[in-house]
Parts: sequence; C-alpha cells; structure tokens
Amino acid sequence: MHDKTVTQLAAALKSGEFSSRELTSHFLQRIEQADGNLNSFITVTAEQALKQAEAADQLRAAGNAGTLTGIPLALKDIFCTQGVKTSCGSKMLDNFIAPYNATVVEKLSAAGTISLGKTNMDEFAMGSSNENSYFGAVKNPWDLSAVPGGSSGGSAAAVAAGLVPAAMGTDTGGSIRQPAAFCGITGLKPTYGRVSRYGIIAYASSLDQAGPMARSAEDCAHLLNVIAGHDVRDSTSVARGVPDYTETLNAPLSGLKIGLPKEYFGDGLDPEVEKAVRDAVKVYESLGATVREVSLPHTHYAIPAYYVIAPAEASSNLSRYDGVRFGHRCDAPADLIDLYTRSRAEGFGEEVKRRILIGTHTLSEGFFDAYYTKAQKVRRLIRQDFLDAFEDVDVLMGPASPTPAFDLGAKKDPVSMYLQDIYTIAVNLAGIPGISVPAGFAAGRPVGLQILGTHFAEAQLLNVAHQFQQATDWHLKLPAFAEENA
Amino acid sequence: MQWETVIGLEVHVQLATRSKIFSGASTAFGAEPNTQACAVDLGLPGVLPVLNEQAVAMAVQFGLAIHADIPEVSVFDRKNYFYPDLPKGYQTSQMYHPIVGAGEVEITLDDNTTKCIRIHHAHLEEDAGKSLHEDFHGMTGIDLNRAGTPLLEIVSEPDMRNAKEAAAYLKAIHSIVTYLGISDGNMAEGSMRCDVNVSVRPKGQEAFGTRAEIKNVNSFRFVERAIAFEVERQIELIEDGGKVVQETRLFDPERDETRSMRTKEEANDYRYFPCPDLLPVVLDQAYLEHLRSQLPELPADKRARFQTELGLSAYDASVLSASREMAEFFEEVHRVCGDAKQAANWVQGELAGALNRESLSIQNSPISAQQLGGLIGRVLDDTINGKAAKQVFQALWNGQGSSADEVIEAKGLKQVTDTGAIEAMIDQVIAESPAQVAQYRDSEPEKRGKMIGYFVGQVMKASRGTANPQQVNGVLKAKLDALL
Repeated sequence: MHDKTVTQLAAALKSGEFSSRELTSHFLQRIEQADGNLNSFITVTAEQALKQAEAADQLRAAGNAGTLTGIPLALKDIFCTQGVKTSCGSKMLDNFIAPYNATVVEKLSAAGTISLGKTNMDEFAMGSSNENSYFGAVKNPWDLSAVPGGSSGGSAAAVAAGLVPAAMGTDTGGSIRQPAAFCGITGLKPTYGRVSRYGIIAYASSLDQAGPMARSAEDCAHLLNVIAGHDVRDSTSVARGVPDYTETLNAPLSGLKIGLPKEYFGDGLDPEVEKAVRDAVKVYESLGATVREVSLPHTHYAIPAYYVIAPAEASSNLSRYDGVRFGHRCDAPADLIDLYTRSRAEGFGEEVKRRILIGTHTLSEGFFDAYYTKAQKVRRLIRQDFLDAFEDVDVLMGPASPTPAFDLGAKKDPVSMYLQDIYTIAVNLAGIPGISVPAGFAAGRPVGLQILGTHFAEAQLLNVAHQFQQATDWHLKLPAFAEENA
Repeated sequence: MQWETVIGLEVHVQLATRSKIFSGASTAFGAEPNTQACAVDLGLPGVLPVLNEQAVAMAVQFGLAIHADIPEVSVFDRKNYFYPDLPKGYQTSQMYHPIVGAGEVEITLDDNTTKCIRIHHAHLEEDAGKSLHEDFHGMTGIDLNRAGTPLLEIVSEPDMRNAKEAAAYLKAIHSIVTYLGISDGNMAEGSMRCDVNVSVRPKGQEAFGTRAEIKNVNSFRFVERAIAFEVERQIELIEDGGKVVQETRLFDPERDETRSMRTKEEANDYRYFPCPDLLPVVLDQAYLEHLRSQLPELPADKRARFQTELGLSAYDASVLSASREMAEFFEEVHRVCGDAKQAANWVQGELAGALNRESLSIQNSPISAQQLGGLIGRVLDDTINGKAAKQVFQALWNGQGSSADEVIEAKGLKQVTDTGAIEAMIDQVIAESPAQVAQYRDSEPEKRGKMIGYFVGQVMKASRGTANPQQVNGVLKAKLDALL
C-alpha cells in the first residue's frame, strides 16, 4: 500500500479493497519499524489515528464518504492540533499542547482524512536541512547520510519513505519545494493567501504559506481542494473561489509558453541538476510547449531582502515565547528579566536566536529605513520581475535547488545554507505559487523541477506538473529504504 | 521670571464595542480574571487578529465629530516590547498611518469663553492586560481580560497653557465620546485615561521647554493636580539652576506628587513595523458619508443652540450640554413643559441638588424627565404653587405616584384660587390672632409690610399650602388695612 498515491488509495478504499483501519495500521506499522532511522516524526498519534480510521470506515459504510475519507496523512509540527503536542521543532514548545486546531487541520479532518502524527522540522521553520530541529536531524531516505532538506524535512522524508502517503508542509522561503526536491516527491506552495494561516505557528507572516507534499501532482490537487479557501480568522487569506483542481489536470499542454529564467541557470548550479532540468523541459517541448529564455533581473537581491524581512517579522512573532504563559520557562528565575532572558536563551536554538538578533537589529531605530524599508522596495521589484515575465510566458521552469541533497553536517556556515534557497525564496517574496516535481537524479540523489505560475495559477501549475508525470515516471520511484526497512 | 506652561494630552478612550478589537471575546468590565480572554487574546502560537469593524466605525465617528481629516488608508503597526501583561510581546497600534488625522476640539473655560485645541491625530490600538501585585505572595498575577480591548488614543497638539485648560479639554473629549456613544467614559473603570505632557518656558519665549510625560492619570481632578505639581517642580528646578530632563513620570494621588519612572535614555526602542497579519484599512467616501449621516448633535452645537434658540445663558447652556444624558434629560423636560428657562432652573436646581445629596448620576435619577416636565407644567398653568411643587417633587422622587397630576390629586395640593374660600381662611386667621393684629395696627406703616408675613404664613398653613400666595397677600393687606 505504501507505494501507492493518495489517488490510488482513495480508489482502493472506495472499492473496498481494504479499510481505512487496515491502511492506517499499515502506515503506523511502517512508522514504528522505520522511523527510528529517519526521525521524520516528532509525535505519532497512533491511538487517535486508529479511532479516526474506524470513524472513517463507518462513514463510508453509511455511504457518506468523500474523496479523501480514510486517507492517512501527516502534519508538519507547525500546525496546531488540539490536544496534541505542537512543538514547532523547538525546545521552547516541547511542552505545548495546542488547545485548538489550525484551520488546515480542521478542514482536513472535516474531509475525513486521518492524522498519523506530527512531522519533524527545522526549529520554527528556520532552516534548509532540517538539522536545526530540537528533536534531531531527519535523514534522507534516498541516502541516510544526506539531509532531507528543510524546513518541512520530516514531511518530505516520511512521504518519500512510504511512511505516509502525503503530508502537509509550510513554505516561507522554499520549505516545501526544496525538501520535496531533495526527497523526490511533489510539493506545492500555493499563492500567499490561498490557504489560511490560522493555527500555523508564525515564522514570517507575510511569507508563510501551507501546502501539500505527496507522491504526485494529482494528489496535491486533491489535497489543495480541501485546504484552499478564505478563512474569516485569517485576514490575509483571499476571498476568492476555489476551483476543483483535479478537473483541469488533463488539459493538453500544446501551445504552453515556458520561460526559463536565465538567472536560474547561472553560477553555482550543479551540472547534473541542470541536465535533469533541461531534460524535463525537453519533455514539455515534446508535449507541445514552446520554450524561451526570460530574465528576472532582481533575483540576486532576493536572499538579502528575505534575510531582512523574514527575521524582522520573526523577531516580533517569536516575542510571545517569553516563559510567562506557555512554553519553556527557566528554573527559579531571580526576577522578570532573568525569567525572560534565561527562558529564551534555553528555549531557542542557535539559528532561531541568530534570526531574532538580525530582525531585532534591522527594525531598530536608525536602521529601519536602511534595512526594512529598502528590503520592502526590493520585494516590490522582485514581484514586478515575475509579473513582467508572466506577460510573455505562462509558466517559469528551473531547478528547485542548485544542488541535490547535501550531506548531513556539510554546511556549517549559515550563509552557505541560506544560498541553498536562491531559486525558491523570490517566489515567497512575490507571493506567487510554485511546485517542485521529481525530474531525475544527480549523484544518485533526487532532482526537483520547479514550476512557477502567476498569482492563483495553482490549477495551471498542477495541470503542467501532472502532464509531466503522465509522460515520465520519476515521481513513482521509491528509495530502497522504503522497501528494506518495512 | 514669568513662566508659561505648555501642555499636550494623549487621551486613551476605551471604545464601547461588544467584542475586542482583534478577537471575538467580550469586553465587559469586572469579570473573573482571565475568563474573557480567548486564544487570540492570550497570544497563543498560531493565532491571528481579525479587525473589529465596529471599532473602526467608532474611531471614524470621532474623527468626523472633531472635523478631522480621515485618510483613505490607515495601517496597523506592531509596537514591540516585553511585559508580562502584553501577551504577544507587541502591541498592535497605528504608528505611521493613523485612522484619524488632524482635527480640533472646542473647550469651554470657567469664564464661559471658548478655545480651540488642535488634535494631532487619533489612532486605534489594543489595550494590554493587567498585572496584579497583591494576593500573590511576592509573585505577580496576570489578568488578560482587558487585553485586546479597543482603545482610541487621541493626541492633542501642545495647545493648553494651564491645568484648567487641560481639565476642560479632557471634559470636552469625554463629552464628545459619550455623546457619540463610542465609550462609556467611565474613568473609575479606566475607560478613559490620559498621559500628560508638561513643559514650562519663560513667558514670551517661542521654543518649548523640555517636557516630562506623566503617565496614566485617570481623573479630571488628578490631571489638574498632577500638572500643578509638575509645573511647580519644573520651575523650581530651573530657578535653582537645574535642567528638566525628558522623562516619563508617574502621578501619585496619595502623595500628590509625580515621580520619575524612566528617562529618555532608558526608553524602549519599540521597533515599529507594519503588522503583516492585518490588511491596511481602506475607507471609501460613501462609508464616511454614511457614518456622518448618523452623527448625533454634538456638545458644541447643542450649547450654541441652547443659547440662540432657547435663550439660555452661556452658563446654563454649558452645564446642560456637558453630557449627553444631561442634555437629553433637559431637552425632554423642556419638550414636556414647554419652558426652557424653567426646565433649566429645575434641572440645575432642585434635581441637581437632590441627585448630589444621594450621589446619583442623571441616568439614575428616580424622577424621570417626563415626570419633572409634567410637574413644571402644573406650576406654569397655576395648578400648584411653588411650595406645593416642591412637595410634589419630593413625592415623585420617593416613588409616591407616577405623575405630578397623580400626586397633586392624591395629596390635595391643587392651588386654591377661589376668592371666597381664601377670604374665609383669612377672616379666621385674623379672628384667631388678636395680639398680632393689634401689633400690626400699632406699628409704623413702613414696618407693616414685614409683619404681614406672619399672617400669610398662617393662611398658607391653614390651606396646607394650596392657597395662591399672591392672592392671599393682596386680600390680607386689604383686610388688615381696613382694620386700621
């Protein structure tokens, strides 16, 4: 069952091939057997999952099942789940049992899906390798000496290893697309405002967006159908109709205009990754698409702008972790300042502290205009780059990451880690959607093809990705780990 | 040296919305600690604010009432600082693009002259919770019921020149917000608090002196006292060769003094930046016109109308328009009895005295405006005399009867104007008072006027106050003089 897509599993549940309880038990068993090696889960909610599975089976028996009723999923540990620890990968929230559900969690539950548990992640979603988790690094099922990418590394690794058919991630600067690419799965970051952020622990509020991570674009379409839409509890979610994303998956691609941003094929791009991406583009040409080079001239300012805006918002968003109401509190504080400083010093990891410091500095009096205001101007230019490009082409394509998954512990210098996100970060600054689909291998590790569209073009992205997956089988390949360890 | 005081006020007004500015929790005062704080108010991980439209409407109404510029776009910013009763570690406020721009407020001074105080801007923000230092054995308790209550912070220009003007300004703001119904204005419950900026400069000097900010002053009286103390402190300091430092001070009403809290050097860097969780507020012209059409008559307009249309004195007009409740009560009394001057006299005289004695506000008056108007009407149409009117007032106050007419009927207070009946009572009094009659007769003519009072009193007593006093006077004089 573990090599099947959500779409296939849903059909099997519908035809009665197996029950949700059987399916859920199967995946729980795989997690039990294999996750010791991967560390992709922080919390497994086995008992609750089996109860939900039984309820789903009853619903089906009563003839009330929806498309995804009974499908097991996993949630990045950044989604608040009522009654279940929601740690955000941090010691700070190791003791935090969320008293409410995120909107995404509520919607998935209302659709009858089953949560197997909460997946590992870089602390507060800050990282590109999942090595910044308080709960330890996650390993890449394709090569246990490699990172799975981050920050949604646990979700990506768990799906790739066949421990769960699909998972939810969040993407602030590439945190869905890059781990999807590193782990050889499909990951969609929707348009900013497409999916409610309510109940998702905030890292950088103007950039954060949740999305599905699964084996195929078709699976992502099914999941986006469930989670997309306006939420009165999130003012930044957009009141705009949600189409059925599965309906347009099979639209033909003849005449599709593909742009290749020249800035995404420059220095630092691994030649094998480049070859895989260019081969993928050839597949599209064979499907009737035309290809041209385009330019996104402000691409190189994306990382500096991001590392002003995201830490600025983070420094404010993370102020609530002060040891007063919830989360880690130091032992025997001498006074209020001691309570604040020790609780935060003990509760946050190095990278989180680094970004809080950067953000606090850039917002300070005398520095605000030079950093924050300027970064916002750069952000507008970057957004305009994309809008200009989409005047000429339908979608943009390029690598999701300049290299395949790197080795655990390989990137010690934070800036070299930040540079990993060169192809994904601008997308968040512009607010547009992007998807990463498996497109081959480089040095035995998966390569992700990134496809970008204009605001709210998710249906088109999923269609373009699905057609590639109809023509290729990269997305169906499983790591040996998936078979050996369960 | 002659000194001049310069004062500016930042008034925080709690808006009377049913729910909080960014959450659905109730804003009611006085509930058990932390029972009116939801996930959003607690700043739990993952929660997001949603702006309360009612708070926006109230802020705009205030802006319209002070003839302010209302910008098309306003933006919420985060003011970052750590404090235990500030759950998110930042206060959502408006730093750069407030909802209400420059406007002005007219204040009335003791001599009934008026002065215009310019408003720099007014912005929306959320209140913090409360730190409770008692009953926790050296620890601090946090009550977050108040966290997220909408506040309108009204920032004046430094246009006030003494404590009286500052108090008058605060009263004017109080009266505007209560007229608009956007705040209950209850200062004791903290619905209105202010920060007072005070500086002094040599008279004639244009440049402002260094100011001190006195935080959280919560009554009209305290504002005057805090300013008085602070002005004296600053002048003494300068005259002794010292310098005023820019600092935040706290007023201690117990000791009647202000004390330093923190100096400018110790001040927080609040690291304001636009709140990414809230969209800019965009107000179109149609919305502003809709709110404008719903504005009630405001205190300054009412005061002017009371003088020009009703012929009240400047003083009466000012007192009667001071609060919306007072004005509405007076206008109802006037509507019922038809005589503005009498209505003004009764409301400010008999009624105000009675309310004062029992420490009641006009909203809690046991006697309604309709009852009082009815009573005045009976005086005006001579059904009862002034003395009986006071009895009727007392009866209505005590709840004995639902209207003046009912009390008059029940107590038989209807004025006797029948000359025959009055003559009969007078004859009896004269017959029963031979000594007084003799005294009257033997007196110098110019002293008799005074002595007649005795007989009037006796007759009124005999009529249980119902005889028409003017009539009694006339007939008595004629009859006594006939005895000479």
